[in-house]
Amino acid sequence: MIEILESGPFNTVQDLGRPGYRDIGVSASGAMDPLAVRIGNILVGNDESAAAIEVQTFPFSLRFEQRVVFAVTGADGNPHLDGSELLPWCAHVAEPGQVLELKQPPRLARSYISVGGGLDIPVVMGSRSTSLRGGFGGNAGRPLAKADRIAVGEDAEIAMLPASGLAVVEPAVALRDVFPAAVDGTLPIRALPAGEHDLFARDGEAFWSQTWRISSRSDRTGYRLSGEPITPTASIEMRSHGVVPGVIQVPPGGEPIVQMSDANTAGGYPKIAGVIECDLWRLGQARIGARLSFLRSTHAEARAVEQAVARYVDDVRQTSRMVKRALKAMA
Amino acid sequence: MIATTNRHASQREIVPATKSQARVSSIGARSFLLEAPGDFDLIAQRRIWALSQTVKGWPDLAENIPGMTNLLVIFKETPEDPDAVVARLLQAWENARSIDLKGKTIEIPVDYGGEYATDLPALCDLSGLSDREVVRIHHEATYRVFALGSAPGFGYLHGLDPRIYMPRKTVPSLKMPKGCVTIGGMQTGVAMLTGPNGWNSIGYATLEMFDPTSPTPATMAPGDTVRFLPAGIEL
Repeated sequence: MIEILESGPFNTVQDLGRPGYRDIGVSASGAMDPLAVRIGNILVGNDESAAAIEVQTFPFSLRFEQRVVFAVTGADGNPHLDGSELLPWCAHVAEPGQVLELKQPPRLARSYISVGGGLDIPVVMGSRSTSLRGGFGGNAGRPLAKADRIAVGEDAEIAMLPASGLAVVEPAVALRDVFPAAVDGTLPIRALPAGEHDLFARDGEAFWSQTWRISSRSDRTGYRLSGEPITPTASIEMRSHGVVPGVIQVPPGGEPIVQMSDANTAGGYPKIAGVIECDLWRLGQARIGARLSFLRSTHAEARAVEQAVARYVDDVRQTSRMVKRALKAMA
Repeated sequence: MIATTNRHASQREIVPATKSQARVSSIGARSFLLEAPGDFDLIAQRRIWALSQTVKGWPDLAENIPGMTNLLVIFKETPEDPDAVVARLLQAWENARSIDLKGKTIEIPVDYGGEYATDLPALCDLSGLSDREVVRIHHEATYRVFALGSAPGFGYLHGLDPRIYMPRKTVPSLKMPKGCVTIGGMQTGVAMLTGPNGWNSIGYATLEMFDPTSPTPATMAPGDTVRFLPAGIEL
């Protein structure tokens, strides 16, 4: 068991999401930074799709009631175990009674806590993710609160961890060549023009050339962007159609909305662009107030990035397996 | 990327000459939206259902989501040749024969009027009909579920009598209760969640239509027939 000691209003249990039910109106949900969840799970020896705690309101703390392997991935900033600072992106062992605390990270938005054996939470429609809108999944369909207790699954590998922990080179560093760095504090996000792009005419160019700011009216459902409003040359009524995370819709006010993990399943606003899927985790780590700009990308580029990420994850998986096997052999 | 077909529309269907070509556009790198040409009607929707069944057999496809005379397809990974995907989709659309899904019939008891029917007076003003007539026209019609979306289990129903069409609100109601029976433009439906809603409420249904723990969580499915039964009328 783990017990939540301190939590803000928007921290939830998330895994890699609940795809496959958009056709009955159910959002996929899932972590805003799925890459961090995959790496965290590999480090603690779980299946990549095990559930983790997504922390986006800090500070957050919990007490481990049993001996457990855990890792904190995602945001920058170091976790503390009983007050001593630990490396992030690293598997550690916690003893019963020890307290893990996450403080406000310096730049990024979301941290993930993975535990060996995974969070033992019922699977609803193929996932343990919290559907806040539907009120099901995760921790009884609601955010975590002080005094909540969550069961931890059985961990067969706990003895196989080196005493000093098992760390990984984080994606932002290992994949530096594939993810362009922020320029003067503005994060570049790659996107492709979408269905109604041409309807925006010159405002379409303004969409790509300006710097947008993530407004305070942003959450796991969508990021509202502030900037110079853009409007289509004609007002059109769209028939309702399926949408996915990353779609950038422009409501009548002219300030775009990027749909995120809890994206609506259907939409009708004109779509100017769609963020390429492998850049979504970077958006998931961007905070309210952060600046970003959109880079016009291509399917070929999206594919290249997708493959680079897959190679990185494979590499982490193989290496961590090898290290654990070697340690087991020496034991 | 936006593409239209150069071929003429299928001979099997009469498609308005003005807008005869299907359109494919992309959302991100893995999702493609095909929009049917022509009117918002059952003929177009039947071909969308047929297309949805065709693409279900594609091994590289992760999900497909039928919308209102359109279909969103999500691939497992970014396709190597997006133009080939567009061509494949348009070809499948050309070959899609109109099918009718064999749906079930769902009867939904409705309390018309009363405290939940916040927009009934406005609909009377707009249509020039009495509240009694509006309610009669609404419950006498037979509806088809075109697609699900926007909230878990929410069905977009087609078949509303044009006399009671009512545009969506420019300012949505902030907290419309779950169960409200609503009209949005030429569609009707039942609100599945309490929350912001731009549709117009004329009544209330107590039937539960979504259960996440059931093997078939949504009561409604595309192709189903829906009838509203007046359980009570409070005018």
